[in-house]
Amino acid sequence: MSATSSLGGTTPEKPNSWTLRLRQAIDRHLPMDHLLPDRQPYYVGSWVYVFGVVTIAALVWVVVSGVVLSFMGPQWWHDSHLGKFFNSLHFWSVQLFFIFMVLHLWGQYFMAGWRQGRAATWLIGVVTFGISILTAFTGYLSQQNFDAQFIAINAKDAMNSAGVGAFFNVLNFGQMYGLHVMLLPIGVTILVAVHIVLVRVRGVVKPIDSEGGSRS
Amino acid sequence: MDTPASYVHWGFILISVPNLIVIGAMVVLFAIALIAPFPHAGEGDDVGNK
Repeated sequence: MSATSSLGGTTPEKPNSWTLRLRQAIDRHLPMDHLLPDRQPYYVGSWVYVFGVVTIAALVWVVVSGVVLSFMGPQWWHDSHLGKFFNSLHFWSVQLFFIFMVLHLWGQYFMAGWRQGRAATWLIGVVTFGISILTAFTGYLSQQNFDAQFIAINAKDAMNSAGVGAFFNVLNFGQMYGLHVMLLPIGVTILVAVHIVLVRVRGVVKPIDSEGGSRS
Repeated sequence: MDTPASYVHWGFILISVPNLIVIGAMVVLFAIALIAPFPHAGEGDDVGNK
């Protein structure tokens, strides 16, 4: 077995090379016709399947508007017309993100989307939903207005009673803002990417009681 | 903007009117998605599934 090197020659490939094993695993589990299909199963012809992709589109707008807000800062997003526009864009794209994520959840729940080896896809979706709520919560705390202060002061007792107040201090703006603009969005983005790859690997679940579709 | 939202109080259920409107709109949208015809529906095949 050999491979073409970057210098144009061929070099022997070690059978125990991790890059070779990884490449073979990707070829085996995720061929390009699965990753970027040009045809879909007949049962995908329903608007219910559009909810997931609208959620992704909303997430793109959330991230883009969030990056602009983080670059420009609170003075800009509270005082300037363009800043207020991007602030609103961020807020309303988050509303759409959550609305369509819940609609996607309803659709997958009623078609039992976890069937036939798709438990990991379902569970990653559930975890993404949970982390998204945490991201939105830290976003409300990062607004830099009286609303954010009101939420923080009311939420601190709940956090303390839950025993997480020492590590997750809602009165600490730096901690909430850092979580909101860096750690949590990266987590959501990675989980969404894995979720999409798993959907492409396994395909869309067949309808219950169709040929090859089972209840388990 | 600065006035608090109206609330619907029905037994143990207490929900603001804006939240109720959003949830109602989501239910309606979900029902429409199930009923409304999808363009080129039924033209696909059984590819892309394991």
